[in-house]
Amino acid sequence: MINVALPKGRLGEKVYKMFALCGYECPSILENNRKLIFENEEKGVRYFWVKPSDVSIYVERGAADIGVCGKDILLEYEPDVYELLDLNIGKCRMAVAGKKDFYDDNTQTLKVATKFVNVAKKYYSGKCRDIDIIKLNGSIEIAPILGLSDVIVDIVETGTTLKENNLEVKEEIFPISARLIANKSSFKFKTEEIEKIAEFLAEQVKDND
Amino acid sequence: MINYLKNEEKIILSLRQLYSKYGYLPYKMNKFEEYDLYAKNKEFLIGDGVITFTDTHGKLLALKPDVTLSIIKNATDNKGTKSKVYYSENVYRISGKTREYKEIMQTGLECVGDLDLYDTYEVITLARKSLEAVSGDYVLEISHMGILSSLLDSVSSNEAYRQGVLDAIKKKSRHEIKLASQKYGVCEDKTEMLCDFISVYGEPKTVISKLENMNVNDEFVSATKELKELTSLLGNYKIRLDFSIVNDMNYYNGIVFNGFLSGVAECVLFGGSYDKLLFKMGKRSKGIGFAIYTDLLEGINESQNKYDVDVLLLYSDNTETAKLAKEIEKLNDMGKTVSAQKAIPQKLRYKEIVEI
Repeated sequence: MINVALPKGRLGEKVYKMFALCGYECPSILENNRKLIFENEEKGVRYFWVKPSDVSIYVERGAADIGVCGKDILLEYEPDVYELLDLNIGKCRMAVAGKKDFYDDNTQTLKVATKFVNVAKKYYSGKCRDIDIIKLNGSIEIAPILGLSDVIVDIVETGTTLKENNLEVKEEIFPISARLIANKSSFKFKTEEIEKIAEFLAEQVKDND
Repeated sequence: MINYLKNEEKIILSLRQLYSKYGYLPYKMNKFEEYDLYAKNKEFLIGDGVITFTDTHGKLLALKPDVTLSIIKNATDNKGTKSKVYYSENVYRISGKTREYKEIMQTGLECVGDLDLYDTYEVITLARKSLEAVSGDYVLEISHMGILSSLLDSVSSNEAYRQGVLDAIKKKSRHEIKLASQKYGVCEDKTEMLCDFISVYGEPKTVISKLENMNVNDEFVSATKELKELTSLLGNYKIRLDFSIVNDMNYYNGIVFNGFLSGVAECVLFGGSYDKLLFKMGKRSKGIGFAIYTDLLEGINESQNKYDVDVLLLYSDNTETAKLAKEIEKLNDMGKTVSAQKAIPQKLRYKEIVEI
């Protein structure tokens, strides 16, 4: 039995569809109810929905054998897992954004609001830039508008939210897409099953391109 | 009957027995070590921080984060001989992720001196037998750092690219190799070779024949030969070759290995040969060893005890002490564990109550 952690939300539903197309369907997952775990014994697969940022924890700790999460989560938490495949969906980018009229002249400590503390720290330490990190848990865009921070480090998908709030992307940090990850120990004992799923998914990624 | 020894304690006992059989001697060490030793060999300690403090003379000390360095710093170079020791120690680290202090239980062994193929075989066999002593469902993975370094040498000398490739190999990520190659302008042929290399893992025989078909360089060929010699001695049983084991190349040079147990999410056994570390310390000796993180074995193969004691013996203020003591003795002689109390404790699970 392979345990699969899926990220709640639109991305997770897309990912499930990919799994189903590979022959790992589990129709009960699409029913509208409060169940958390869905199993298809015959196919040897069990799915569960978790918060997207928790997927890597479930996989690293072995509660799930495999899972799907964004590259942003992998770079922020650096879990000790195998990253087997780029699924090429859920594409967006990690970027620095700020008010349109803000210009960083490097003369003062830069105030950076973000959910991704490690990503921001690493990015700016690479540039030897002195920063003051402000950890927020949501509505990051509001921080520069209210003067809480100079810039934000956050995920940008279409840029609409930024535009509507008079903000713009200042620098791109890295591109993001969904990745198939696997627990290292599970991979040793369920090698064939996990390889098979990864291969099927890789075929679909190719077809989608 | 209640089990007196915890599972991990039983395992440690059987491991000691095992290591003694092969002539390894017990090594007991001080909990503190001069910080200098770790500052000089920082990268040898995987990722985690060291807990430091000053002693009464103002000297900076560390709570031992690692056993290997303390053992090998005193190694002497003698032709034909080697020192073989085993240990069971607690080590202390600052967790890389949570920044909390951690106490970790390690049992392991080190073989240092004038080593040959037999010593490597012996240490890996002991690693395998150690895993077997815990559970029949295990995998011992072996890699060779020489294969990785020669492969990297053949592809690029750019340090940033090499690091990117190593990270990708560690994560088994073909897509990350492609990304790194694009970034650093490495040609498609070489990228393809690296991507193919990621899928080379599994049973030794199959993997070795794949490696033999790869046209890399002389170092690659000689590392493959070394690996072939070793694995033909070890056999195929529960041994896998996997090059996603990446240890620091400044310290580890040859064989490195990891052990996994079914049902334990993390790697439980880490080992490898560290001739380069000894060389850095000015020694000609070679060294190989491994450690098992015994705290990860807590609860493995163990069903939780249903009861804390066999008998809850209730007595009152009026009970004669001599009579109470005699009663407990009697129950003990029957092989039962007894907790004498005047009232029923809230958190005690007992099989039966005896009142006197």
